Amino acid sequence: MPHDGHDHDHTEPPSDIALRVKSLESLLIEKGLVDPATLDALVDRYEHRVGPQNGKKVVARAWTDPKYRDWLLIEPNAAIGDFGFKGRQGEHMVVVENEPKVHNIVVCTLCSCYPWTVLGLPPVWYKSAPYRSRAVSDPRGVLAEFGTTLANDVEIRVWDSTSEMRYLVVPERPAGTDGWDAPRLEKLITRNSMIGVEKAKSPDEIEEAAE
Amino acid sequence: MNGGHDLGGMHGLGPINPEKETEEAIFHEDWERKVFAFTVATGLLGEWNIDESRHARERQHPVDYIRNSYYENWLTGTENCLLDAGLVTEREIASGKADCAAAVTPPGPEQALNAVKAGGPADVDAPVTPAFKPGDRVRIKNFHPAGHTRAPRYTRGHVGKIVRIHGIHIFPDTHKDGVTEGVPLYSVRFEAAELWGPDATRGSAVHVDMWEPYLDKA
Repeated sequence: MPHDGHDHDHTEPPSDIALRVKSLESLLIEKGLVDPATLDALVDRYEHRVGPQNGKKVVARAWTDPKYRDWLLIEPNAAIGDFGFKGRQGEHMVVVENEPKVHNIVVCTLCSCYPWTVLGLPPVWYKSAPYRSRAVSDPRGVLAEFGTTLANDVEIRVWDSTSEMRYLVVPERPAGTDGWDAPRLEKLITRNSMIGVEKAKSPDEIEEAAE
Repeated sequence: MNGGHDLGGMHGLGPINPEKETEEAIFHEDWERKVFAFTVATGLLGEWNIDESRHARERQHPVDYIRNSYYENWLTGTENCLLDAGLVTEREIASGKADCAAAVTPPGPEQALNAVKAGGPADVDAPVTPAFKPGDRVRIKNFHPAGHTRAPRYTRGHVGKIVRIHGIHIFPDTHKDGVTEGVPLYSVRFEAAELWGPDATRGSAVHVDMWEPYLDKA
Protein backbone atom coordinates (compact mmCIF):
# COMPACT_ATOMS: atom_id res chain seq x y z
CA MET A 1 0.00 0.00 0.00
CA PRO A 2 1.70 3.25 -1.07
CA HIS A 3 1.93 5.85 1.63
CA ASP A 4 -0.23 8.89 1.13
CA GLY A 5 1.98 11.89 1.82
CA HIS A 6 -1.02 14.15 2.47
CA ASP A 7 -1.97 12.40 5.68
CA HIS A 8 0.81 13.71 7.92
CA ASP A 9 -1.36 15.94 10.03
CA HIS A 10 -3.90 13.17 10.65
CA THR A 11 -3.26 11.47 13.95
CA GLU A 12 -5.41 8.40 13.25
CA PRO A 13 -4.38 5.77 10.70
CA PRO A 14 -6.80 5.19 7.80
CA SER A 15 -9.68 2.90 8.71
CA ASP A 16 -10.02 -0.65 7.37
CA ILE A 17 -12.81 0.45 5.08
CA ALA A 18 -10.75 3.35 3.70
CA LEU A 19 -7.91 0.94 2.93
CA ARG A 20 -10.27 -1.56 1.30
CA VAL A 21 -11.72 1.18 -0.90
CA LYS A 22 -8.32 2.56 -1.85
CA SER A 23 -7.16 -0.93 -2.75
CA LEU A 24 -10.17 -1.60 -5.01
CA GLU A 25 -9.92 1.84 -6.63
CA SER A 26 -6.26 1.34 -7.48
CA LEU A 27 -7.03 -2.15 -8.82
CA LEU A 28 -9.79 -0.77 -11.07
CA ILE A 29 -7.48 1.95 -12.40
CA GLU A 30 -4.58 -0.47 -12.91
CA LYS A 31 -6.81 -2.91 -14.80
CA GLY A 32 -8.21 -0.16 -16.99
CA LEU A 33 -11.77 -0.66 -15.72
CA VAL A 34 -12.20 2.98 -14.76
CA ASP A 35 -10.71 6.23 -16.02
CA PRO A 36 -9.57 8.39 -13.06
CA ALA A 37 -10.78 11.54 -14.85
CA THR A 38 -14.24 9.97 -15.07
CA LEU A 39 -14.29 9.34 -11.31
CA ASP A 40 -13.50 13.02 -10.68
CA ALA A 41 -16.14 14.18 -13.16
CA LEU A 42 -18.87 12.06 -11.56
CA VAL A 43 -18.03 13.26 -8.05
CA ASP A 44 -17.97 16.87 -9.23
CA ARG A 45 -21.40 16.53 -10.84
CA TYR A 46 -23.13 14.94 -7.86
CA GLU A 47 -21.30 16.87 -5.16
CA HIS A 48 -21.50 20.33 -6.74
CA ARG A 49 -23.77 20.56 -9.79
CA VAL A 50 -26.93 18.58 -9.01
CA GLY A 51 -28.85 19.07 -5.78
CA PRO A 52 -31.95 20.42 -4.06
CA GLN A 53 -31.34 23.80 -5.69
CA ASN A 54 -32.90 22.20 -8.79
CA GLY A 55 -36.04 21.05 -6.98
CA LYS A 56 -36.41 24.46 -5.33
CA LYS A 57 -36.66 26.11 -8.75
CA VAL A 58 -39.35 23.64 -9.82
CA VAL A 59 -41.43 24.15 -6.67
CA ALA A 60 -41.10 27.94 -6.64
CA ARG A 61 -42.28 28.09 -10.25
CA ALA A 62 -45.22 25.80 -9.44
CA TRP A 63 -46.16 28.14 -6.57
CA THR A 64 -46.09 31.24 -8.76
CA ASP A 65 -47.35 29.96 -12.12
CA PRO A 66 -50.65 28.00 -12.05
CA LYS A 67 -50.18 26.79 -15.63
CA TYR A 68 -46.76 25.41 -14.78
CA ARG A 69 -48.16 23.78 -11.63
CA ASP A 70 -50.82 21.97 -13.73
CA TRP A 71 -48.21 20.92 -16.30
CA LEU A 72 -45.91 19.68 -13.51
CA LEU A 73 -48.60 17.46 -12.01
CA ILE A 74 -49.77 16.06 -15.36
CA GLU A 75 -46.48 15.81 -17.29
CA PRO A 76 -43.75 15.96 -14.66
CA ASN A 77 -40.94 14.76 -16.93
CA ALA A 78 -41.61 17.50 -19.48
CA ALA A 79 -42.21 20.23 -16.89
CA ILE A 80 -39.06 19.38 -14.91
CA GLY A 81 -37.16 18.87 -18.16
CA ASP A 82 -38.07 22.45 -19.07
CA PHE A 83 -35.30 23.50 -16.64
CA GLY A 84 -32.91 20.95 -18.18
CA PHE A 85 -33.12 18.74 -15.09
CA LYS A 86 -32.94 15.31 -16.71
CA GLY A 87 -30.98 12.10 -16.39
CA ARG A 88 -30.20 9.21 -14.16
CA GLN A 89 -32.58 8.56 -11.25
CA GLY A 90 -35.07 11.04 -12.65
CA GLU A 91 -36.21 9.29 -15.81
CA HIS A 92 -39.77 8.72 -14.59
CA MET A 93 -40.97 11.47 -12.27
CA VAL A 94 -44.17 11.65 -10.25
CA VAL A 95 -45.00 14.94 -8.53
CA VAL A 96 -47.36 14.88 -5.56
CA GLU A 97 -48.73 18.05 -4.04
CA ASN A 98 -49.44 18.72 -0.39
CA GLU A 99 -52.83 20.21 0.43
CA PRO A 100 -54.40 21.45 3.65
CA LYS A 101 -55.77 17.94 4.36
CA VAL A 102 -53.20 15.78 2.51
CA HIS A 103 -49.53 15.42 3.36
CA ASN A 104 -47.15 13.33 1.21
CA ILE A 105 -43.93 11.68 2.35
CA VAL A 106 -41.47 9.65 0.24
CA VAL A 107 -39.36 6.62 1.22
CA CYS A 108 -37.63 3.66 -0.40
CA THR A 109 -37.97 0.72 1.99
CA LEU A 110 -35.97 -1.66 -0.24
CA CYS A 111 -32.93 0.51 -1.02
CA SER A 112 -32.49 4.27 -1.51
CA CYS A 113 -34.43 5.32 -4.62
CA TYR A 114 -34.49 9.10 -4.76
CA PRO A 115 -34.97 11.75 -7.49
CA TRP A 116 -31.33 12.67 -8.15
CA THR A 117 -32.15 15.12 -10.95
CA VAL A 118 -34.08 17.45 -8.67
CA LEU A 119 -32.71 16.67 -5.17
CA GLY A 120 -29.20 15.30 -5.79
CA LEU A 121 -27.93 12.36 -3.75
CA PRO A 122 -30.04 11.36 -0.74
CA PRO A 123 -29.10 12.35 2.82
CA VAL A 124 -27.79 9.72 5.23
CA TRP A 125 -31.04 9.53 7.20
CA TYR A 126 -33.09 8.78 4.05
CA LYS A 127 -30.90 5.73 3.37
CA SER A 128 -30.86 4.61 7.01
CA ALA A 129 -32.61 1.56 8.43
CA PRO A 130 -34.60 3.56 11.04
CA TYR A 131 -36.24 5.76 8.38
CA ARG A 132 -36.75 2.99 5.84
CA SER A 133 -38.35 0.68 8.40
CA ARG A 134 -40.77 3.11 10.03
CA ALA A 135 -41.79 5.63 7.35
CA VAL A 136 -44.38 3.14 6.07
CA SER A 137 -45.63 1.80 9.41
CA ASP A 138 -45.45 4.89 11.63
CA PRO A 139 -45.36 8.02 9.44
CA ARG A 140 -46.70 10.28 12.18
CA GLY A 141 -43.96 9.14 14.54
CA VAL A 142 -41.33 9.64 11.85
CA LEU A 143 -42.61 13.15 11.09
CA ALA A 144 -42.45 13.96 14.81
CA GLU A 145 -38.74 13.07 14.78
CA PHE A 146 -38.30 15.86 12.22
CA GLY A 147 -40.30 18.23 14.40
CA THR A 148 -43.29 18.04 12.07
CA THR A 149 -46.75 17.69 13.57
CA LEU A 150 -49.92 17.50 11.54
CA ALA A 151 -53.52 17.81 12.67
CA ASN A 152 -55.25 14.47 13.20
CA ASP A 153 -57.56 15.03 10.26
CA VAL A 154 -54.70 15.41 7.77
CA GLU A 155 -54.32 12.30 5.62
CA ILE A 156 -50.73 11.12 5.33
CA ARG A 157 -49.82 9.48 2.03
CA VAL A 158 -46.57 7.55 2.08
CA TRP A 159 -44.95 6.77 -1.30
CA ASP A 160 -42.66 3.71 -1.21
CA SER A 161 -40.40 4.03 -4.28
CA THR A 162 -40.16 0.36 -5.22
CA SER A 163 -39.91 0.95 -8.99
CA GLU A 164 -38.00 3.37 -11.22
CA MET A 165 -40.71 6.01 -10.66
CA ARG A 166 -39.19 8.89 -8.64
CA TYR A 167 -41.27 11.08 -6.35
CA LEU A 168 -41.05 14.81 -5.65
CA VAL A 169 -43.28 16.51 -3.09
CA VAL A 170 -44.54 20.04 -3.71
CA PRO A 171 -44.95 21.43 -0.19
CA GLU A 172 -47.72 23.89 0.61
CA ARG A 173 -46.85 27.51 -0.07
CA PRO A 174 -46.46 29.18 3.33
CA ALA A 175 -48.85 31.90 4.44
CA GLY A 176 -47.61 35.48 4.35
CA THR A 177 -45.86 35.15 1.00
CA ASP A 178 -48.36 36.95 -1.23
CA GLY A 179 -46.58 38.82 -3.97
CA TRP A 180 -43.25 37.04 -3.43
CA ASP A 181 -41.43 36.17 -6.62
CA ALA A 182 -39.92 32.76 -7.32
CA PRO A 183 -36.30 33.53 -6.26
CA ARG A 184 -37.53 34.85 -2.89
CA LEU A 185 -39.80 31.85 -2.39
CA GLU A 186 -36.92 29.44 -3.08
CA LYS A 187 -35.42 30.49 0.26
CA LEU A 188 -38.41 28.92 2.04
CA ILE A 189 -38.11 25.57 0.27
CA THR A 190 -35.94 22.92 1.87
CA ARG A 191 -34.78 19.55 0.62
CA ASN A 192 -36.65 17.93 3.49
CA SER A 193 -39.89 19.67 2.50
CA MET A 194 -39.56 18.15 -0.98
CA ILE A 195 -39.17 14.66 0.55
CA GLY A 196 -42.17 15.43 2.74
CA VAL A 197 -40.67 15.09 6.22
CA GLU A 198 -41.02 18.81 6.88
CA LYS A 199 -43.13 21.72 5.71
CA ALA A 200 -41.67 24.64 3.81
CA LYS A 201 -40.33 27.36 6.11
CA SER A 202 -42.46 30.32 7.08
CA PRO A 203 -41.24 33.86 6.32
CA ASP A 204 -40.61 34.30 10.08
CA GLU A 205 -38.24 31.33 10.17
CA ILE A 206 -35.94 32.66 7.48
CA GLU A 207 -35.98 36.16 8.97
CA GLU A 208 -34.89 34.70 12.30
CA ALA A 209 -32.14 32.76 10.55
CA ALA A 210 -30.92 35.94 8.84
CA GLU A 211 -30.70 37.88 12.12
CA MET B 1 -35.51 -12.52 -1.42
CA ASN B 2 -36.52 -11.94 2.18
CA GLY B 3 -33.20 -10.23 2.92
CA GLY B 4 -31.86 -7.62 5.27
CA HIS B 5 -32.72 -4.91 2.75
CA ASP B 6 -36.49 -5.43 3.00
CA LEU B 7 -36.93 -3.15 6.00
CA GLY B 8 -40.52 -1.85 5.82
CA GLY B 9 -42.27 -2.40 9.16
CA MET B 10 -39.26 -3.61 11.15
CA HIS B 11 -38.92 -2.50 14.77
CA GLY B 12 -35.94 -1.83 17.00
CA LEU B 13 -33.68 -0.03 14.55
CA GLY B 14 -33.46 3.09 16.71
CA PRO B 15 -34.12 6.79 16.20
CA ILE B 16 -33.53 8.49 12.84
CA ASN B 17 -31.34 11.29 14.24
CA PRO B 18 -31.29 13.33 11.03
CA GLU B 19 -28.37 15.69 10.57
CA LYS B 20 -29.38 19.31 10.18
CA GLU B 21 -30.04 19.87 6.50
CA THR B 22 -27.97 23.03 6.25
CA GLU B 23 -24.95 21.33 7.81
CA GLU B 24 -25.01 17.95 6.09
CA ALA B 25 -22.20 17.11 3.66
CA ILE B 26 -22.89 15.02 0.55
CA PHE B 27 -20.06 12.65 1.51
CA HIS B 28 -18.85 12.24 5.07
CA GLU B 29 -15.57 10.47 4.31
CA ASP B 30 -13.32 10.58 1.27
CA TRP B 31 -13.72 6.83 0.78
CA GLU B 32 -17.49 7.30 0.34
CA ARG B 33 -16.74 9.66 -2.54
CA LYS B 34 -14.55 7.00 -4.14
CA VAL B 35 -17.14 4.23 -3.70
CA PHE B 36 -19.85 6.41 -5.23
CA ALA B 37 -17.64 7.28 -8.20
CA PHE B 38 -16.34 3.82 -9.06
CA THR B 39 -19.74 2.23 -8.53
CA VAL B 40 -21.37 4.59 -11.04
CA ALA B 41 -18.35 4.42 -13.38
CA THR B 42 -18.18 0.61 -13.47
CA GLY B 43 -21.97 0.49 -13.92
CA LEU B 44 -21.46 2.46 -17.15
CA LEU B 45 -19.45 -0.46 -18.55
CA GLY B 46 -22.82 -2.05 -19.25
CA GLU B 47 -21.84 -5.42 -17.81
CA TRP B 48 -24.75 -5.43 -15.34
CA ASN B 49 -28.09 -3.66 -14.98
CA ILE B 50 -29.67 -1.82 -12.04
CA ASP B 51 -31.51 -4.88 -10.73
CA GLU B 52 -28.35 -6.97 -10.81
CA SER B 53 -26.56 -4.25 -8.84
CA ARG B 54 -29.40 -4.06 -6.30
CA HIS B 55 -29.38 -7.83 -5.90
CA ALA B 56 -25.60 -7.78 -5.46
CA ARG B 57 -26.16 -5.68 -2.29
CA GLU B 58 -29.25 -7.51 -1.07
CA ARG B 59 -27.73 -10.95 -1.08
CA GLN B 60 -25.33 -10.17 1.75
CA HIS B 61 -25.93 -11.72 5.16
CA PRO B 62 -28.80 -9.69 6.69
CA VAL B 63 -26.69 -8.87 9.74
CA ASP B 64 -23.98 -7.39 7.52
CA TYR B 65 -26.48 -5.47 5.38
CA ILE B 66 -28.12 -3.82 8.38
CA ARG B 67 -24.90 -3.16 10.29
CA ASN B 68 -22.98 -1.74 7.31
CA SER B 69 -23.15 1.90 6.44
CA TYR B 70 -24.74 2.77 3.11
CA TYR B 71 -21.56 3.08 1.07
CA GLU B 72 -20.13 -0.08 2.66
CA ASN B 73 -23.12 -1.87 1.12
CA TRP B 74 -22.38 -0.20 -2.20
CA LEU B 75 -18.76 -1.36 -1.96
CA THR B 76 -19.78 -4.97 -1.34
CA GLY B 77 -22.34 -4.78 -4.14
CA THR B 78 -19.80 -3.42 -6.60
CA GLU B 79 -17.28 -6.11 -5.66
CA ASN B 80 -19.99 -8.74 -6.23
CA CYS B 81 -20.89 -7.25 -9.64
CA LEU B 82 -17.25 -7.13 -10.74
CA LEU B 83 -16.72 -10.74 -9.65
CA ASP B 84 -19.97 -11.98 -11.26
CA ALA B 85 -19.02 -10.29 -14.52
CA GLY B 86 -15.56 -11.83 -14.40
CA LEU B 87 -13.92 -8.40 -14.57
CA VAL B 88 -11.84 -9.02 -11.44
CA THR B 89 -10.90 -12.10 -9.41
CA GLU B 90 -11.08 -12.71 -5.66
CA ARG B 91 -7.29 -12.86 -5.70
CA GLU B 92 -7.04 -9.41 -7.29
CA ILE B 93 -9.48 -7.93 -4.76
CA ALA B 94 -7.45 -9.42 -1.93
CA SER B 95 -4.13 -8.14 -3.27
CA GLY B 96 -5.27 -4.88 -4.86
CA LYS B 97 -2.96 -5.78 -7.79
CA ALA B 98 -4.04 -6.63 -11.33
CA ASP B 99 -3.08 -10.07 -12.65
CA CYS B 100 -4.04 -8.97 -16.17
CA ALA B 101 -5.52 -5.95 -17.93
CA ALA B 102 -9.26 -5.88 -18.58
CA ALA B 103 -10.60 -6.34 -22.10
CA VAL B 104 -12.98 -3.38 -21.86
CA THR B 105 -12.66 0.33 -22.58
CA PRO B 106 -13.96 2.49 -19.73
CA PRO B 107 -15.90 5.65 -20.60
CA GLY B 108 -13.98 8.90 -20.43
CA PRO B 109 -15.35 11.85 -18.43
CA GLU B 110 -17.36 13.38 -21.26
CA GLN B 111 -18.90 10.08 -22.28
CA ALA B 112 -19.76 9.26 -18.64
CA LEU B 113 -21.37 12.64 -18.00
CA ASN B 114 -23.40 12.33 -21.19
CA ALA B 115 -24.58 8.90 -20.06
CA VAL B 116 -25.74 10.05 -16.62
CA LYS B 117 -27.34 13.17 -18.09
CA ALA B 118 -29.24 11.01 -20.59
CA GLY B 119 -30.29 8.46 -17.97
CA GLY B 120 -31.69 5.03 -18.74
CA PRO B 121 -35.47 4.78 -18.98
CA ALA B 122 -37.09 1.66 -17.51
CA ASP B 123 -40.21 1.75 -19.66
CA VAL B 124 -40.41 -0.33 -22.81
CA ASP B 125 -42.49 -0.37 -25.95
CA ALA B 126 -44.40 -3.60 -25.72
CA PRO B 127 -47.85 -4.57 -27.00
CA VAL B 128 -49.14 -5.32 -23.52
CA THR B 129 -52.63 -4.43 -22.30
CA PRO B 130 -52.89 -3.79 -18.55
CA ALA B 131 -55.22 -6.28 -16.85
CA PHE B 132 -56.24 -3.73 -14.21
CA LYS B 133 -57.53 -0.18 -14.25
CA PRO B 134 -57.66 2.59 -11.65
CA GLY B 135 -60.20 1.72 -8.95
CA ASP B 136 -59.68 -2.06 -9.22
CA ARG B 137 -58.99 -3.91 -5.99
CA VAL B 138 -55.95 -6.20 -6.06
CA ARG B 139 -54.26 -8.54 -3.62
CA ILE B 140 -50.48 -8.82 -3.58
CA LYS B 141 -49.52 -12.46 -4.06
CA ASN B 142 -48.28 -14.35 -1.05
CA PHE B 143 -44.97 -15.35 -2.54
CA HIS B 144 -41.43 -15.55 -1.22
CA PRO B 145 -39.00 -15.76 -4.13
CA ALA B 146 -35.42 -16.50 -3.11
CA GLY B 147 -34.15 -14.21 -5.92
CA HIS B 148 -34.61 -10.52 -6.58
CA THR B 149 -38.05 -8.99 -6.18
CA ARG B 150 -39.40 -5.50 -5.53
CA ALA B 151 -42.58 -6.57 -3.76
CA PRO B 152 -41.89 -5.59 -0.15
CA ARG B 153 -42.75 -8.26 2.43
CA TYR B 154 -45.09 -5.94 4.30
CA THR B 155 -47.43 -5.77 1.30
CA ARG B 156 -47.73 -9.48 0.50
CA GLY B 157 -51.16 -10.98 0.96
CA HIS B 158 -52.69 -7.53 1.43
CA VAL B 159 -55.42 -5.84 -0.56
CA GLY B 160 -55.02 -2.43 -2.15
CA LYS B 161 -56.54 -0.31 -4.86
CA ILE B 162 -55.00 0.60 -8.20
CA VAL B 163 -54.71 4.38 -8.31
CA ARG B 164 -52.67 4.81 -11.45
CA ILE B 165 -51.06 2.97 -14.35
CA HIS B 166 -47.46 4.14 -14.74
CA GLY B 167 -46.88 2.35 -18.04
CA ILE B 168 -45.13 -0.76 -19.29
CA HIS B 169 -41.91 -1.16 -17.32
CA ILE B 170 -39.11 -3.71 -17.15
CA PHE B 171 -39.93 -6.47 -14.66
CA PRO B 172 -37.15 -6.43 -12.04
CA ASP B 173 -37.53 -10.04 -10.92
CA THR B 174 -36.36 -11.36 -14.30
CA HIS B 175 -34.27 -8.29 -15.22
CA LYS B 176 -31.89 -9.37 -12.48
CA ASP B 177 -31.13 -12.38 -14.72
CA GLY B 178 -30.58 -10.15 -17.73
CA VAL B 179 -34.08 -10.58 -19.22
CA THR B 180 -35.86 -7.42 -20.41
CA GLU B 181 -39.57 -8.14 -20.02
CA GLY B 182 -42.11 -5.32 -20.18
CA VAL B 183 -45.11 -5.63 -17.87
CA PRO B 184 -47.68 -3.11 -16.61
CA LEU B 185 -46.58 -1.09 -13.59
CA TYR B 186 -49.18 0.33 -11.23
CA SER B 187 -49.37 2.54 -8.17
CA VAL B 188 -51.31 0.58 -5.54
CA ARG B 189 -52.78 2.31 -2.51
CA PHE B 190 -53.02 0.38 0.77
CA GLU B 191 -54.95 1.82 3.68
CA ALA B 192 -52.68 1.80 6.74
CA ALA B 193 -55.04 -0.42 8.77
CA GLU B 194 -54.96 -3.07 6.01
CA LEU B 195 -51.17 -3.31 6.35
CA TRP B 196 -50.61 -2.69 10.04
CA GLY B 197 -53.86 -3.58 11.77
CA PRO B 198 -55.27 -1.78 14.79
CA ASP B 199 -51.98 -0.01 15.62
CA ALA B 200 -51.86 1.73 12.24
CA THR B 201 -51.53 5.49 11.98
CA ARG B 202 -55.13 6.58 11.51
CA GLY B 203 -55.98 8.31 8.26
CA SER B 204 -52.84 7.27 6.44
CA ALA B 205 -52.15 5.19 3.38
CA VAL B 206 -49.09 3.72 1.70
CA HIS B 207 -48.70 3.84 -2.08
CA VAL B 208 -46.42 1.20 -3.54
CA ASP B 209 -45.39 0.70 -7.18
CA MET B 210 -46.31 -2.85 -8.18
CA TRP B 211 -45.71 -4.81 -11.39
CA GLU B 212 -48.64 -6.83 -12.69
CA PRO B 213 -47.14 -10.29 -11.98
CA TYR B 214 -47.31 -9.43 -8.24
CA LEU B 215 -51.07 -8.87 -8.37
CA ASP B 216 -54.23 -10.96 -8.20
CA LYS B 217 -57.74 -9.60 -8.59
CA ALA B 218 -59.29 -9.12 -5.15
